[in-house]
Amino acid sequence: MNVAPKRDSYDVVVIGAGPAGLAAAATAAEADLSALLLDENAGPGGQVWRAIASTPVTERDRLGADYWAGAELVRAVRTSGAEIIQRATVWSLDRHLEVGVSIGGASSLVKARRVILATGALERPFPIPGWTLPGVMTAGAAQTMLKSSGLVPDGRTVIAGQGPLLWLLAAQILRLGGRIDRILDTTERRNYFAALPHAFAFMTSPYFAKGLAMMREVRAKVPVVSGVSELAAAGDGQLATVTYAVGSRRETIPAELLLLHQGVVPNVNLAMAAGVEHRWDDLQLCWSPVLDHNGSASVEGIGIAGDGAGIGGAGAAIVRGHIAARVAVEALAPAAAAKLAPMATFRASLAQAERGRAFLDTLFRPARQFRIPSGDTVVCRCEEVTAKDIVDAVAIGATGPNQLKAYRRSGMGPCQGRLCGLTVTELMAQARGKTPQEIGYYRLRAPVKPITLAELAAVPKTEADVQAVVRG
Amino acid sequence: MTKLADAIVVGGGIHGCSTALHMCLAGMKPVLIEKDYAGRHASGVNAGGVRQLARHVAEIPLSIRSMGIWERIEELVDDTCSFESHGQVLVAENDAEFDACRARVAELNALGFTHEELIDGPELRRLVPAVAESCPGGVVSRRDGAADPARTTTAFRRKAAALGATVCEGVAATNIRKEDGLWRVDVGADTYAGPVLVNAAGAWAGRMAAALGEPVPVETVAPMLMITSRVPRFIDPVVILRGRKLSFKQFANGTVLIGGGHLATPDQDRNETVLDWRSLAISARTVFELFPVMRSAAIVRAWAGIEARTRDELPVLGPSARHAGLYHQFGFSLHGFQLGPGAGAVMTELIANGGTQTRIGDLSIDRFHPSTPWNPR
Amino acid sequence: MFKRSDQDSRRPVHIVVDGAAVAAREGDTVSAALLASGRDVRRATAVSGAPRLPYCMMGVCFDCLVTIDGVGNRQGCLVPVAEGMQIEIQKGKREIGR
Repeated sequence: MNVAPKRDSYDVVVIGAGPAGLAAAATAAEADLSALLLDENAGPGGQVWRAIASTPVTERDRLGADYWAGAELVRAVRTSGAEIIQRATVWSLDRHLEVGVSIGGASSLVKARRVILATGALERPFPIPGWTLPGVMTAGAAQTMLKSSGLVPDGRTVIAGQGPLLWLLAAQILRLGGRIDRILDTTERRNYFAALPHAFAFMTSPYFAKGLAMMREVRAKVPVVSGVSELAAAGDGQLATVTYAVGSRRETIPAELLLLHQGVVPNVNLAMAAGVEHRWDDLQLCWSPVLDHNGSASVEGIGIAGDGAGIGGAGAAIVRGHIAARVAVEALAPAAAAKLAPMATFRASLAQAERGRAFLDTLFRPARQFRIPSGDTVVCRCEEVTAKDIVDAVAIGATGPNQLKAYRRSGMGPCQGRLCGLTVTELMAQARGKTPQEIGYYRLRAPVKPITLAELAAVPKTEADVQAVVRG
Repeated sequence: MTKLADAIVVGGGIHGCSTALHMCLAGMKPVLIEKDYAGRHASGVNAGGVRQLARHVAEIPLSIRSMGIWERIEELVDDTCSFESHGQVLVAENDAEFDACRARVAELNALGFTHEELIDGPELRRLVPAVAESCPGGVVSRRDGAADPARTTTAFRRKAAALGATVCEGVAATNIRKEDGLWRVDVGADTYAGPVLVNAAGAWAGRMAAALGEPVPVETVAPMLMITSRVPRFIDPVVILRGRKLSFKQFANGTVLIGGGHLATPDQDRNETVLDWRSLAISARTVFELFPVMRSAAIVRAWAGIEARTRDELPVLGPSARHAGLYHQFGFSLHGFQLGPGAGAVMTELIANGGTQTRIGDLSIDRFHPSTPWNPR
Repeated sequence: MFKRSDQDSRRPVHIVVDGAAVAAREGDTVSAALLASGRDVRRATAVSGAPRLPYCMMGVCFDCLVTIDGVGNRQGCLVPVAEGMQIEIQKGKREIGR
């Protein structure tokens, strides 16, 4: 383990070993392309199938059938001939398709003829008062600990927010004997009406029956408060209470752990740093890459698959992975493409997998007050910049996230805007009466994950550099 | 619609903004046209060095003029610009380099310049305690320092606007021509007209000069920088090397900026640069050797700003050799930030008074005229 | 805050947190092991010294930064524990050069 890539260049480099990346790498390698699959985690699976090869939660019904569905794809990629490197952090990608990757504390630069980005999603920022307190985490964080280490909450625990993942997590925690004191559902009541036109497609999608059963399972064991319109965490150096409001009724409850979730958004940092054009998605309220119908991005040679291409869920991610890989195979080894399933088949599967998505996107569109904070609420966790700081900077002339840096360091910390970027865009759009598209996003730069100076210093030298030393 | 202005300044970098601000102070009403936003390119993303140290003799008078403005920067722009004066130190890594330092300081002294001062090993280590023991000495310019470039350029733009400059951002200046004795520039649906045109268009200035019949040997370059996460304060002055490409400084917030002039590949038409990690690795190795304490620091971001570099690496500053009312202020060749405040003041003197007491004759565009013999430095 | 599932039959791994022995399990990340330890493992931010615990556990938020075997600012949620691993909770700016 922790070895550098075997070669300097590959036909296809796939970044991320979740559903899309696994499918893409398997397909590319099966078509006899040299394929390198780089993934940051200790094992394959991405977030949805996290720790599928190592989870201590072995009773299959605890994590559910959708989780174990990933095992087959992991087997497929492992026998495909693709080179797989786990714990590989990709910190750079440019338009020449050069990939900078850190493995075991050493970095390499690898060239690709095609790159498939399958960097997935991350949880939407949930900037409420007190969200930086120890004891406040994302629901996804709790699910990660549950899947990979069999850890479940055992103190006073509140789950707040909305979306399918929240209910799945609650069910999984309960099945493993964990504690949940209350669920605060922040779904806006009016969203139910807005989602109505999409209800038929949803009810005939696989999400419907599973979702309903899970909500029933959870509601039988945990008090659920619906219509929550305000939320705040408080405590002195540690979470102590959660305060929420439903209409005019307000309540404060003691809590040791608050798990927040209001959906997921594409993880765009690497794609943006590579120069891929993105646009604001008004329904999903996030930046998504501009892609053609095959998932090809604005930078020649880069394809994007999975939730990083726009949130579509695991089923759609697998199909998009196959499509992106097929595009690479068509370009690099046209003869081999004939052996793959035709594009039309993939497109039909994708349409099937995406059924019901519009309903979920509309129903679980997060409320404005949970996306756009005010006052002393921290927006940028790394540099500890508040909503007021940003509004004040707008007042004295900051026009967009990049102009902000003349006033504030928001987005310049190690997370590179992953936890504040969407908030900053929407906050500035609101303050300036502009659309998020007009306001724009941070100009992202490599390294998209920090590397140490020593590691960079050890990066292989250039020809000219070697010459200079030889000449003495 | 045609709008009249006393001067049309093209380019919202530190130079264009400074010139617009100084014009306002002289009672003029300029218009400043910036295709992106003020400080979008080199002026907003450079290393922020405020340096008289190690400059070519031809630009030392301008640098000294500028330094006087830097030291009162808050009075001028109502913002500290995060300017800090902890000096700049040039480090000699071996005896041969130290000898060259000695000769340089003697040369400057003979010319009457006293801002550079030779320092021995103990004084070097007093100023820069973390530097490798093997370095025999160097040169210090004690009044030098550093500022926040984005904040500085923004402050100049803001103050210029407050004093009456019209600032047009997000729209390019096109169709630049002289008609009926006035310079005319289209900006979106508007046309600005005025007797004076200042070319302060940075990386785009060479094209503008060429389009106006005054081509200059200038190329577009993108010097790379990288910055670390916050570390405890360990170094006050800005450090540059005599023999290798490196500039190094720590901000008040603890982050350390590493630059020095290794170049990215610029893509001027896309407003983009492609970083060269093998060259950044050379910078990292230089820091690794010179400042062992930095080895475990985390690099959190790298970038490059697009700018213009002339053949002799000196700026073009002064009136056009060809057109009345046209002035050039570009080609600062990776070291224009410190000169910005002074260059704006000098440019305004040239325009408003017809001359300046600051010696800038060697920076004239004439030197690139085909009839002028080229003497490489 | 968190307890281990009774299904968990993974091998124990022993790590040292600020000099104290902590029992983790094979396959835990450093952050998971710290949260499961029941100890006060809050770090202090480099900006204001505010206390933090891991937030996302998936490598994006950098609130799990920790010193592992002498190397600072590592993302604890991405690093699996190993026998004898030395963990230090970071208080404020990470000292460099040690």
